[in-house]
Amino acid sequence: MNWFEPAFSFTFVPENVFLMKIDKNIAISESGLIFNPVNGESFSVNPVGLEIIRMIREEMPVDEICRVILERFTVDASSFDKDFHDFVSRLKQHGLIAEESHEAKA
Amino acid sequence: MKRKLSIAVTGLNAIDSPGPGIAVIRGLREASSFNVRIIGLAYESLEPGIYMHDLVDRTYQIPYPSAGTDTLLLRLKYIHSREKLDVIIPNFDAELYPFIKLSPGLRKMGIHTFLPTVNQFEERQKANLNAFGEKYNLKVPRSKTLFEAGTAQSPGMEFSYPVIVKGKFYDAYTAYNSDQVRTAFNKINSRWGLPVIVQEFIHGTEFNVTGLGDGKGNTIAAVAMRKQYITEKGKAWGGITIADEVLLAMTRKFLKNTRWRGAFELELMKTGTGEIYLLEINPRMPAWIYLAVGVGQNIPEALVRLALGEKITPHHDYKVGQMFIRYAWDMIVDRSEFEQISLYGEL
Repeated sequence: MNWFEPAFSFTFVPENVFLMKIDKNIAISESGLIFNPVNGESFSVNPVGLEIIRMIREEMPVDEICRVILERFTVDASSFDKDFHDFVSRLKQHGLIAEESHEAKA
Repeated sequence: MKRKLSIAVTGLNAIDSPGPGIAVIRGLREASSFNVRIIGLAYESLEPGIYMHDLVDRTYQIPYPSAGTDTLLLRLKYIHSREKLDVIIPNFDAELYPFIKLSPGLRKMGIHTFLPTVNQFEERQKANLNAFGEKYNLKVPRSKTLFEAGTAQSPGMEFSYPVIVKGKFYDAYTAYNSDQVRTAFNKINSRWGLPVIVQEFIHGTEFNVTGLGDGKGNTIAAVAMRKQYITEKGKAWGGITIADEVLLAMTRKFLKNTRWRGAFELELMKTGTGEIYLLEINPRMPAWIYLAVGVGQNIPEALVRLALGEKITPHHDYKVGQMFIRYAWDMIVDRSEFEQISLYGEL
């Protein structure tokens, strides 16, 4: 099993507004275990990562995801930016999400 | 009331490199369309399945394939006279050829099998994989067949190291230079004989698919699995069902193009770019076949029904994300049972 342990902290709204789409077949448990049924890989994410993945599944645009997280946590902008993009790139690397559009959801 | 079938099964060696017999028997015992009396066919006195009386009703020793088909047939006739066999399910690669050859004779005796044809069995041999891939339009790793150790230096000249060195039936070693190829060649040759196959190393993730073809090109069952825990011998000790449509499409293509008859296991490698290579075709059920049963495709039951000439509805779905986790279990066996099977060949 691989472990995602992003340490999120932020006060930042990114300029890029785009949608990410998580495969509808990806199984996400309440405890943060993610199972990819296509290749059988499993991952574990911490509660913040789980929250972000849930919002991606609900097809919230990235700026909205950031706004929600920033309301709940007190963090500095640069840390958030780095951790968020690192997290997203690892999700993409494992085929869990794909960039759908560069336009915000209406 | 369900009918009762007498089914003979080999591969009772539930050891660290397990035969599929016990898993097959579990599937048969859970069949919804028949009840079973299980007759174990064993080669060695210490095959654990012999002593699993809740799964195997009676066991008979049978001669090794090297003894010849006449000797095997004689023994099967004796067993049939005692047990009135309806079906035999051989589960070892090395015994399949004699059983295929004996099939018409067994059928006349009233014993059914559902095995690949001689041609199907032969052309999917590891040594013939290149031609097989070409004939059926399936991507396979390049391979070279070696008949003497002296030629073991050259494979690296044709495709770069590392390479996989494989026995014709079992065993595989990764070799990073010609010395390691030679060492692997000698190990495999001494155990399994010639030829030894050197195969291009394909980088990627390995997946397995087990299933059943009806011999007319139709897919009766197919379940894909990813190994999660692999022993030093490369055997799956844990795995999980997956739903990769590309793998399943390749499986259907394999069955359609070859008109495969019987159970099988495909060993597949998916590269980083999504290409699928067919590494090996095992012409029988794998030791993890009970996972397929557990997720909704009772392949042993379907195979028996095909063997009996029944029309069956193909399986299409299975539960994804279900795991199997194998374990070892110590049985306490009275010495008299060991004596009985060792001295009289029956228990």
